[in-house]
Amino acid sequence: MAGPGPSGASGDATYAGLVRPLLLPTWAVVGILMVLPVCLMAVYSFLTKEFRGGVIWDFTLAAYDQFFITRGLFGDEPARIEWTYIGIFWRSIWQAGLATLLCLFIGFPTAWFIATRPARSRGVWLFLITIPYWVNLLIRTVSLKFLIRETGPLNESLMAIGLIDTPLPLVNTNLAVQLGLFYSYLPFMVLPIYAAVERYNFALSEAAADLYASRLATLREVVLPVVKPGIVAGCILVFVPSLGAFLAPDLLGGAKTFMLGSLIDEQFKGSQGNWPFGAAVAMILMTLVMTVLILYARAQARGARR
Amino acid sequence: MTAAVDIHEAVKRYGSVTALHRVDLSISDNEFFTLLGPSGCGKTTLLRMIAGFEDVTEGEVRLFGENIARLEPNRRPVNTVFQHYALFPHMTVIENVAFGLKMKGVDAATRRGRAGRMLDMVHLSAFADRMPDQLSGGQQQRVALARALAPEPKVLLLDEPLSALDLKLRQAMRVELKQLQQDTGITFIFVTHDQEEALTMSDRIAVMSEGRVQQVGTARDIYEAPVNRFVADFIGETNLLEVDVARVEGGTAEVVLPGGHRITCPSATTAPGRHHLSIRPERISLSAEADLTATVDRVVYLGTDLQVMVRLEGGTPFSLRMQNAARVSPPEPGATVGLHLEEGAARLLAD
Ligand SMILES: Nc1ncnc2c1ncn2[C@@H]1O[C@H](COP(=O)(O)OP(=O)(O)OP(=O)(O)O)[C@@H](O)[C@H]1O
Ligand SMILES: [Mg+2]
Repeated sequence: MAGPGPSGASGDATYAGLVRPLLLPTWAVVGILMVLPVCLMAVYSFLTKEFRGGVIWDFTLAAYDQFFITRGLFGDEPARIEWTYIGIFWRSIWQAGLATLLCLFIGFPTAWFIATRPARSRGVWLFLITIPYWVNLLIRTVSLKFLIRETGPLNESLMAIGLIDTPLPLVNTNLAVQLGLFYSYLPFMVLPIYAAVERYNFALSEAAADLYASRLATLREVVLPVVKPGIVAGCILVFVPSLGAFLAPDLLGGAKTFMLGSLIDEQFKGSQGNWPFGAAVAMILMTLVMTVLILYARAQARGARR
Repeated sequence: MTAAVDIHEAVKRYGSVTALHRVDLSISDNEFFTLLGPSGCGKTTLLRMIAGFEDVTEGEVRLFGENIARLEPNRRPVNTVFQHYALFPHMTVIENVAFGLKMKGVDAATRRGRAGRMLDMVHLSAFADRMPDQLSGGQQQRVALARALAPEPKVLLLDEPLSALDLKLRQAMRVELKQLQQDTGITFIFVTHDQEEALTMSDRIAVMSEGRVQQVGTARDIYEAPVNRFVADFIGETNLLEVDVARVEGGTAEVVLPGGHRITCPSATTAPGRHHLSIRPERISLSAEADLTATVDRVVYLGTDLQVMVRLEGGTPFSLRMQNAARVSPPEPGATVGLHLEEGAARLLAD
């Protein structure tokens, strides 16, 4: 903490004594807003649930047991793996993954386009990308629902130009949820990729073409590997919040598209809730995300040491 | 024999800027050809047109007789050593060198072998598994060279590849490059703004200025027989005197020097009138048998040489070189001296 500052040599005690107090706000923010809530969740996940919400301070593994194990409808059968929640987990990963891919396929060309504009117009393009995000996420998600519902402008115009006879049932589908997630998190994909492409040295593409690489080979062998850090950052920034998102699945999806975020959300709402279970699901989700990120960081570090 | 590269009345315009005006060049196979000129004269532009990164506004570029206007860069048998190397930062040195072969579909074992031999050639075998950012500028430059040579192009383009190196390394690389060109038999088109580099390595040199080729010839041609003021001034040192031409005939002119003395000299023009005369400082001697009379301003000691700065009768500054030999006693400042123009010292220019 008390690193070698300018005070170190002169032994200025007043200044050295200030370091800790000055760091206090930072520690307070990290502690109160990050460490404390996570600890609270961890503790709650091991407590007993109280009906009508809340907890009883009795240590138990019941919440984790409920997540992973079933003993039949009446609890009298031998213990088996409970697939319901693992299924929701899996579906969430799948949905978030597809939304991330969608963001990548739209976001990469967008970022590329912006980064290759003349320097003075790039700011304008970036600004345009962020405009929809001035509107509250809830409102945006609801308006997307209005856009794609059976009597919404999308279906009506498709019918008007004769492309379809009956409205496409878009709401309450996986596609709708992915669209919602895509719409919610696109800038998180565009911005890091933009930053990477802007730094990209286009002479590298010329060098690749000079050495007999086709356009596709140049993209695959040179451009993508060089801007990869931006792509990975974008994917993490979209995938992680998508995994825990509940607005888009709630509003645009139906029972079949139920995702983790909604599952957790439900546990803390109304009298049907189960706080320890909600906390346990959140902990499991967090553990999974952290594990993936740590494994990735390790792999990166190994690659960079070469 | 068809030329390796034939540039015919090539014009390059960027909007209202004309970077190249009707350039005509013919570069033979196996030649070490240099484009020499000051910054901004269009050397890189010309090279990029041959490589295929810029299209030609007007005119033609032919490669071994074939018009390549419609050929994508990746289909041209031409490789480039870029001005700033442009090594792939995510690949090791050997992967960089093998890249062209990989793109040509050469199998992994063969390309590893070839890339290894290329690295040997540029003395970088020990660095094969390093990343480019772990190399010095000179080492990166050699990797760029090996990378461009590995696919055995018919023509190698080099854009000021030595400019980032220190003097010693630059001199060593000049020798190596020349040797390499002779060993491989590949046509080299070398860009530089360093005249010494151009004079020491090239079979032929094109001197460029402001988007125009001013003169093409061997090092000796352009040094001994410059056609205009730009070339005479850019290559080596020279004295330029404006003189009246009394008579021109068959490449020889009779001109009137300031002070009235008449000399005959080779001429780059057939037009009478007023022209510039280029006089090389090392071909002038102090002598009683004077073509010109002058007053000594000062004497600069240059080690092997002495540079004597003088003023002609009209006040025109003039300089000459003397070998710093033991028997030579330099003139004193203020002294009046006679200047004798040796055989071939003077040449009448076209402008
Ligand atoms: N993309 C471009 N748009 C407009 N003008 C350009 C462009 N590229 C080059 N030019 C102009 O064309 C001229 C020739 O440029 P070029 O890069 O060929 O010079 P060069 O001889 O290679 O110079 P240097 O020795 O500094 O590398 C310059 O005046 C330059 O400003
Ligand atoms: Mg250049």
